Amino acid sequence: MTGNAQQLIISGVGGQGILFITRLLAETAIAMGMPVLTSETHGMAQRGGIVVSHLKIGDYSSPLVRPGQADGLISLKGETVALHRHFIRPGGWSVANSVTAGTAQVTVDADAAALALGNPQAVNLIVLGRVLAVPGLLFCHRDEVERTLAVKLAAKPKLLEGALAALQAGGIDSTEISSC
Amino acid sequence: MSETKRVLMQGNEALARGLVEHGCAVATSYPGTPASEILAVIKALQQTEELPMHVEWGVNEKVSFEIAYAASQSGLRAVTAMKQVGLNVAADPLASAAYLGTVGGFVVVCADDPGPHSSQTEQDSRLMAMLYKVPVLDPSSPAEAGELAGKAFELSEAFRLPVMLRPTTRVCHACQDVLPGPVQRLNRIADFRKEPSRWAATPVHRYRLHLELNEKLVKIAAWGPTAPSLLNPRSGGKKAVIASGVAAAHARELLRGLGLWDLLPLYQVFQPYPLHTAFIEEILSSYDEVLVLEETTGVMEMQLRDRSRVKGKLSGAVPEAGELLPEIVERTLAEFAGLPLPALPIPPTGGGRRPTLCPGCPHRASFYAIKKAAPQGIYPSDIGCYTLGLNLGGVDTVLCMGAAVGQAAGFYQAYRITGQQQDIVATVGDSTFFHACIPPLVDAVVQGARFVLTILDNSTTAMTGNQPTPAHGTPQGRPVNIQELVKGCGVQFCRIADPLDLPGFTAIMKEAVAFARNEGVAVVIARSPCLVDRSVKQTRRGQAVVQGEACIGCQICTKQFECPALVYDPVAKKVTVDVMICTGCAVCREVCPTLAIGAVQGSMFKVQC
Repeated sequence: MTGNAQQLIISGVGGQGILFITRLLAETAIAMGMPVLTSETHGMAQRGGIVVSHLKIGDYSSPLVRPGQADGLISLKGETVALHRHFIRPGGWSVANSVTAGTAQVTVDADAAALALGNPQAVNLIVLGRVLAVPGLLFCHRDEVERTLAVKLAAKPKLLEGALAALQAGGIDSTEISSC
Repeated sequence: MSETKRVLMQGNEALARGLVEHGCAVATSYPGTPASEILAVIKALQQTEELPMHVEWGVNEKVSFEIAYAASQSGLRAVTAMKQVGLNVAADPLASAAYLGTVGGFVVVCADDPGPHSSQTEQDSRLMAMLYKVPVLDPSSPAEAGELAGKAFELSEAFRLPVMLRPTTRVCHACQDVLPGPVQRLNRIADFRKEPSRWAATPVHRYRLHLELNEKLVKIAAWGPTAPSLLNPRSGGKKAVIASGVAAAHARELLRGLGLWDLLPLYQVFQPYPLHTAFIEEILSSYDEVLVLEETTGVMEMQLRDRSRVKGKLSGAVPEAGELLPEIVERTLAEFAGLPLPALPIPPTGGGRRPTLCPGCPHRASFYAIKKAAPQGIYPSDIGCYTLGLNLGGVDTVLCMGAAVGQAAGFYQAYRITGQQQDIVATVGDSTFFHACIPPLVDAVVQGARFVLTILDNSTTAMTGNQPTPAHGTPQGRPVNIQELVKGCGVQFCRIADPLDLPGFTAIMKEAVAFARNEGVAVVIARSPCLVDRSVKQTRRGQAVVQGEACIGCQICTKQFECPALVYDPVAKKVTVDVMICTGCAVCREVCPTLAIGAVQGSMFKVQC
């Protein structure tokens, strides 16, 4: 799907770093020469409520994804899959942070992986690493995302190191892809 | 320095950048979602571009307005930015400034929140622009917000009046690839020209100024640079769509998807008030039916005088409350064009989770202590993170900024005259206290009201992203001390305590409640830093651990204390700790009646101290 237009929903709970990975993917798209629009959740919902980002890559003018139009759903907390599944188009995909296989088509226990890394704040990048590890889901590849990270965190080498490790940890997770 | 690469910019960032690129010299704001990021971006640009600017977080929107307005009166370009309910606070100077006019370009950025997502109301500030007779611009995207920021200055200087720039949440908090432009340096000097019949106009002059304003509006309704634009000139027919703001962005995308791009003319309006006179005439003479898409009220629709041909909010064709989501716009367009209606997907009901105070938030401890000290109390509260004290049963009312103090006094007087004793414990944040609580506190002291005011002092404006408060001071000014202010208002009981010391804090709350029953207003300043404030130094604390055998599953810690890091397992009938989010505040150890909660030392969680 590389190079094509893509509409994504990224959701989870306030504080999980949903904005960070939304902007990371948006900046990767710009680096690849594609126009982007996103829509973010700010304000009270960021205090532990449900946070959802819309990300549209390609020739769009509305910042919002309509229900039934998203190519994929990335959930940083498995419970949001039920809340946002209606955004996914027929044939679209879902990836979730969950201990329960079947919560989404692809699951990863990112909480456990983050604790294993000693970095509870790394859940977002672990899940993104999982998405990137499944060929053909995203408009970009892991190395392109890594290049964006290197630019974003150029002044913070320790954070960059942690971010790259989290991305990699998500990629080597061995959870099964189940039908959903 | 000009940049040539497209960069990802949030709407607020593009708007702020547009203002600075066009020579803004003074910028003021009070934070409020969705406008909060604007001033921080201006401040950052001031520093990187080394611009001679004054950029400040004002104490409230009214003061912020007046500071920026005086800069305009002095000939400089100035902006004041706020959220829609903030404009209610700044309405008084706006109303008058419209008559008096401006010298340097003066832009009032007022960000609306259709939905609403993070506001008390969905008010359409374009109606405020109509009410006070100032032109208003309505961007549809981040890039356009930046462009219209420049046009707003141009318009303001062409006609010498304030111009409102009204983005909505879906513009402010959208991000887009935007090409940054060069920053203009206008090199103007402040030059206030005395003209008492204008700047200090008495009512006799105000009538003349009103006539002058009306003449300006007639000319603005013919001003070229903000005229509407036909987005699909190859289209034709006897029906047309008029849209402004993000509804125009949705319509532009959806007309293509519905196959209507070459069939249904789509006009985008940039200046919904005053709507261009020639445009109104053209629309009403060219089309049999017109659909108007706008948020949140029918402002353009009202100005299209032929009711029989215009469909919109007033006619019932478009919902009058809530966001115009693209799926709603799609159905409205299809219906207008006579196409079969696309199915409206039904989102799942239930589920989700409500926002909550962060794990380790000191406000949670304050509310718990308030409930212990005055279990039968009335709890007026206010606007901020601590509104979420609702979840603990520690918040009974939320009206508007500062209302907790006025309402506390009002409850006292209502119960007093009906012969009843009633404990009243109000909560306000430190930023809210500075913003709007000092006049009602003076009033309460003068009128002999009796209640407890708890100032939840986390040393920041937390909800909107940790902006500073006057207690921080500025490099050029002095910090203002909350305790001294309280005493200066005539309050006889004022204590400072740390709510994370729950037993000590509860004892002081009880003293305050006793004082308020017998003497007058008591103020408790609950001082403990915000956990998500990145400006505060971080430390490591041991996380909580529940000793399973001692936990009796009473759920006091999960329901009455309501910490999201404590999770009740209904199968085991025990509470467990979510180690992903426990910050080790240790307050739950005091809350647990069976002393089942201890702490592990050396856990990894870093928090501010």
